[in-house]
Amino acid sequence: MTIETQLEQLYQTHSRRVLATLIRLLGDFELAEEAMHEAFVAALQQWPDQGVPDNPTAWLISAGRHKGIDQIRRRQTLRQHQQLLLDEEEPLATPFNDNTLEDDQLRLIFTCCHPSLATEAQLALTLREMCGLTTEQVAKGLLQKPATIAQRIVRAKRKIRDAAIPYEVPDIKALPERLHNVLQVVYLVFNEGYSSSMGDSVVNHNLAEEAIRLGRLLCELLPETEVLGLLALMLLQDSRKAARQTPEGDLITLDEQDRTRWNQPQIQEGLAWLDHAMAQPPVGPYTLQAAIAALHAQSKSSDETDWVQIAGLYDLLQRINPSPVIALNRSVALAMRDGPEAGLQALHPLEEELQNYYLLHAAKADFYRRLNRIPEARAAYQTALNLTQQLPEQRYLQKRLASL
Amino acid sequence: MKYLALVYYQESIINAMTEKEWHDLNQKCIQCVAGLAEAGHFIAGQALQPVETATTVRVRNGETLISDGPFAETKEQLAGFYLLEARDLNEAIQLAEKIPPAQLGSIEVRPIRDLPPPD
Repeated sequence: MTIETQLEQLYQTHSRRVLATLIRLLGDFELAEEAMHEAFVAALQQWPDQGVPDNPTAWLISAGRHKGIDQIRRRQTLRQHQQLLLDEEEPLATPFNDNTLEDDQLRLIFTCCHPSLATEAQLALTLREMCGLTTEQVAKGLLQKPATIAQRIVRAKRKIRDAAIPYEVPDIKALPERLHNVLQVVYLVFNEGYSSSMGDSVVNHNLAEEAIRLGRLLCELLPETEVLGLLALMLLQDSRKAARQTPEGDLITLDEQDRTRWNQPQIQEGLAWLDHAMAQPPVGPYTLQAAIAALHAQSKSSDETDWVQIAGLYDLLQRINPSPVIALNRSVALAMRDGPEAGLQALHPLEEELQNYYLLHAAKADFYRRLNRIPEARAAYQTALNLTQQLPEQRYLQKRLASL
Repeated sequence: MKYLALVYYQESIINAMTEKEWHDLNQKCIQCVAGLAEAGHFIAGQALQPVETATTVRVRNGETLISDGPFAETKEQLAGFYLLEARDLNEAIQLAEKIPPAQLGSIEVRPIRDLPPPD
């Protein structure tokens, strides 16, 4: 393997760790990023002659730190960084063992997902800094203009600096809430990938993969129940991606999917993470949703699915995390367990709150269709159609409408 | 780092309080200040008279324009401020949580901007 290929691989696998530690050592996102790139360039120049160092990550961090300090000198912002310069000649207080590297990655996650940043900024920053996507890739994933994303990231970094958002893992008291926020960001990234809210494609594989990668990393760094549950949920949902769409990009619903196309190794992995999560009660909403996804993943068909247990899990979910969308999903499970009439009844209290949500009308239309109440089904499909901008969803609803 | 914690609440909630509730809230604020001061976080702070006592002053083309009330009508009104000393935003947030009106209104936490040295 050439040094170039080796470095390329190292960049893929380790650049985020190097960056996370450099941000701590240099105290500045921009500077750390530049310094990291310079360190990789230096490696490309020096390693062919000097050989690959024993600990390449430590070499890159050390080189990056020196590049960063040089940069500070060049910028002549001595006043702000006096302390850093004083420390320069001394050996590093914290050696680069695996623990400090892991801590730095957690610090980076908690900083990118700090609730004092706007949610959109948290998403963009996480994709940029944690996943290492370019601004263009982030923009593509989030269906925004690159200039918008670039500005969001610049503003977020400015706020981190000016408001002194610390580079740290929150203390025990604040941790549960802050972790909840991190998981929310990861799941948002996943869902952005799973179904973009506009446009022609239902699945943007890239972002879902990034979210799963983040989920795996979090499981290594902070294996709390809901962290494991979220990874299980994402793996189980993502295992269906090959079956969710026709080659033409049309949507296929769960009951009509070719289940032989579900990704079995990924299902097995998801089930294993779910077992870990279940072994650490109390469980939260991600773990419960994973448990529901697991029941689907293990069923041969919609008819053979354990709807009694799924409806029970939705009851539990609704109790610990009440939300109209969960109540909507619960009504679908009830309709499968007790018939479409029961589904309609469960939908009724949600109609006002979710009146602009196309899936409510799609579910209602489906219940009417199964009850053979065709005019009502037709009206509901039409309302659903008017409320979604997503082309595959529109085509699906039109097909249903035509089949009545 | 210095942070200004701006205390906002709906004055209508305060106006609807019994005398006892109002008294208790004030005592809690006094205790809060004492606690922050003891821990070295309190630099300055004051409660404000209700927004109806406010006057807005603008100078345009050398002319002073005076008008009644605050510049913008908002749902919650500025009720007071704390100037705090904190290590970073996380600590400032933890201090802001302790300010009693956080439970009935909101606290806006803003870092202080140092002015450049005089010419």
